[in-house]
Amino acid sequence: MEVQEAKFKVIGTRPIRHDGVDKVTGRARYGADISLPGMLHAKVLRSPHAHARIKSIDTSAAQALPGVKAVITGNDLPDLAAGAQQMGEMVINPRYLSLNILAKDKALYNGHAIAAVAATSPHIAEEALNLIKVEYEVLPPVLHVNKAMAAGATILLSELRTSGEPEKSDQETNVATHVRFARGDLEAGFKAADAVVEHEFDTSMVHQGYIEPHNAVAQYNADGHSTVWVSTQGTFSVRELCAHILQMPVGNIKVVPAEIGGGFGGKTTVYLEPLALFLSKKTAKPVKMIMSRTEVLKATGPTSGSFIRCKIGAKKDGTITAAQIWMAYEAGAFPGSPVGAGCMTVFAPYALENLQIDGYDVVVNKPKTCAYRAPGATNAAFAAETVLDELAEKLSLDPLEFRRINGAKEGTAQPAGPQFRRIGFLETLEAAKNSEHYKSSLPKVAGKLVGRGVASGFWFNAGFQSSATVSINGDGTANVVTGSPDIGGSRASCAMIAAEVLGLKAEQVNPVVADTDSIGHTDVTGGSRVTFATGYAVYDAAQSAVKQLRERAATLWKVKPEDVVYQDGVVSCTTNGQESMSLKQLAGRLARAGGPVTGSAAVNPRGVGPAFATQIADVAVDPETGKVDILRFTAVQDVGKAVHPSYVEGQIHGGVSQGIGWALNEEYYYDENGIMRNSGFLDYRMPTCLDLPMIETVLIEVANPGHPIGIRGVGEVPIVPPPAAIANALYRALGVRLTELPMSPPKVVKALMEKK
Amino acid sequence: MAGKVHVETTLNGEQIEFLCEPRQSLLEVLRDVLGFTGAKEGCLTGDCGACSVIIDGRVACSCLVLGPEVQSKTLETVEGLATSGDKLHPLQQKFLEHAALQCGICTPGFLVAAKALLDRNPNPTEHEVRFGLAGNLCRCTGYDKIVRAVMDAAAVMQGR
Repeated sequence: MEVQEAKFKVIGTRPIRHDGVDKVTGRARYGADISLPGMLHAKVLRSPHAHARIKSIDTSAAQALPGVKAVITGNDLPDLAAGAQQMGEMVINPRYLSLNILAKDKALYNGHAIAAVAATSPHIAEEALNLIKVEYEVLPPVLHVNKAMAAGATILLSELRTSGEPEKSDQETNVATHVRFARGDLEAGFKAADAVVEHEFDTSMVHQGYIEPHNAVAQYNADGHSTVWVSTQGTFSVRELCAHILQMPVGNIKVVPAEIGGGFGGKTTVYLEPLALFLSKKTAKPVKMIMSRTEVLKATGPTSGSFIRCKIGAKKDGTITAAQIWMAYEAGAFPGSPVGAGCMTVFAPYALENLQIDGYDVVVNKPKTCAYRAPGATNAAFAAETVLDELAEKLSLDPLEFRRINGAKEGTAQPAGPQFRRIGFLETLEAAKNSEHYKSSLPKVAGKLVGRGVASGFWFNAGFQSSATVSINGDGTANVVTGSPDIGGSRASCAMIAAEVLGLKAEQVNPVVADTDSIGHTDVTGGSRVTFATGYAVYDAAQSAVKQLRERAATLWKVKPEDVVYQDGVVSCTTNGQESMSLKQLAGRLARAGGPVTGSAAVNPRGVGPAFATQIADVAVDPETGKVDILRFTAVQDVGKAVHPSYVEGQIHGGVSQGIGWALNEEYYYDENGIMRNSGFLDYRMPTCLDLPMIETVLIEVANPGHPIGIRGVGEVPIVPPPAAIANALYRALGVRLTELPMSPPKVVKALMEKK
Repeated sequence: MAGKVHVETTLNGEQIEFLCEPRQSLLEVLRDVLGFTGAKEGCLTGDCGACSVIIDGRVACSCLVLGPEVQSKTLETVEGLATSGDKLHPLQQKFLEHAALQCGICTPGFLVAAKALLDRNPNPTEHEVRFGLAGNLCRCTGYDKIVRAVMDAAAVMQGR
């Protein structure tokens, strides 16, 4: 596919987003803003233990409280068989999914849902939770992958057996999967190396930290049809997951996307939706549920903590001869960590002949993990990019130059096998090297230790299914309907793509995100896919509308459609130079020319454009307190084609600041009993604006050859390098390698003391 | 259940009255009793600032104030920022122009906190903006474009 460069009129500009006014006036309706007449409010009782057998649940006192309309426990939900089931683009295990929504015989983490109460007010529902008596038999918690994998470990799920290559086992285990990628001769590779560096890394579980808690409003109707209003990244996923859990026909559930207050992968599954739907069925009233912040932290899906060993060898000329990594990721209480993606991304920026990557998906007594921005990649990159940094130092090579020598380009085989098509990794290294930031000398800060570090990262671009329609209004403006919840400006990018094709201004296109009854199947807003894949559907739908417009004009002019051209919002006839009409004029005459124009398209595009990032961090450390300040941060990224550069920069800003939080402060802190001790925003410490500098962005546009506009995924890769870049900067500042995340003040002080 | 309390207060320039349970927070009163859903619930512990409102000129987390406490107070919420139907407040306009929002859930709180900041300090430095908005969490933007939007709005409001 030939990407047409430099012809764009709308793509690459910065119009005001279409949903902007609603969002700055408080009018935008998020899930929690939705109320229905006669609505009940439901709350969830959660396990105070990390691991316990549920011996009995007595709900009678709660049922008797005035205002309480229904109480449910896990035994009220359908009992589902275990086993992998294909569901759209996901493989799910319905049994585990259901058990995570509401436990049956075992609580597997602090915060695990045990029962739910629907009442006439949220306060009454809360009071009722205190009246439910649960008898637990407390079991020992398993809180670290190394303990979970040790011989004789306490077993979480008695039926679990290790699947995947290279080994299968019939033994009880906490290891759900072992993934291995290997190529070449590892031993010979390390033998050929002039320098070898090996380290162990330990990282904590972290949360996406979206500001909007999970919510759901459900209305079950007597005819079996029902509606769910929810802030979600995937309306179609909510529909299918609810149908599975409650054993309802998929087509009977309509999911209406409310505005969504952040997700970052964490709102791609269900927690409250099936409960609200089930309680609505039970009470014949609409039911609303909203999580508290503590529930969000304790009982939704953070991303894995991990234990990693990484060893890399290289020759004096900088060529990497062998790379090996062993990674165990916390899945949480049920299988499904992103270790597979960690394995596929970890050495992807480099061309390697000899490598071995081993990944383990390990269940522990913590919440079931869910996707978080480039899931699995950040942990792995923290390890690999730290080892690479030390290797560069040993070989007296500039760390960016060391990466360039080994850098992946078109034709390089990825760790998982497939070759890259045109990618822009080397361009990011070049731009970082030439940046004013990298050329500048480190600022001096009185009383502080300063250092600079760099790191790179890789993330995919998901394709998956998307649908779109583009219709022409009577005044020559257009509407674009998609099924992709807009989490950070994708209404604008979809409208801009349609405007580009139709020759309109961005403001002349109205983007709409429709419910599951009103648009064709569309997979989740995730995988850096919306502007790529839904944008592709919009592009095709707009092209279809153009084709119809040419046909309508041909009808009016009594010529063949192929004799009509459409350019910049004007139709003209090639056989008769006199005939020409604006889109506005034509739109007003459609009724007499064959009828309205609606282009629609459905895609499952394969031409994905993966993304690379290289970042530079300057840090200043207070040696007394261990507090780390980010003095300066530059993020370079190959963004394919930036449709709306402000929102591309925004994705990079957001990813980087989440990465900085992950690097320096954020962690799930569990006591020895497995109780989370920092389940609020005061103690789960995310960066505030006082903690961050301006984040400098450098957008490199290496067009994706698999997309008509050259679009790549941009949203996820910026979170991959920050912990490693900051760790490498801290090494320059302190002279010690930090190998645990977060690199919080106590750990920095400890490292400094151990050095002395 | 305790009886409801009658409260008279001023909301965005209008004299209003409402009934609420003594245990209901101002945030709950605004959203569920009065239908002003611009203030958002993010944490209910005063850590995220999504529920920010201005009470007698000072920014406050409405989740930490009880409904009956606003008797005879003057309240400002995001709904009161724009005073005409076809023109936004300069802060709102600059948030749009600078793309200072992504998901938008924290935006009302930031706008309210920024208004309180500029009311007090019409010409803040970047550090003063960052200090003034440190009670508000945003997870999408890294604050970069928010800080720029507030600085730009301050300049416009100062006629610069």
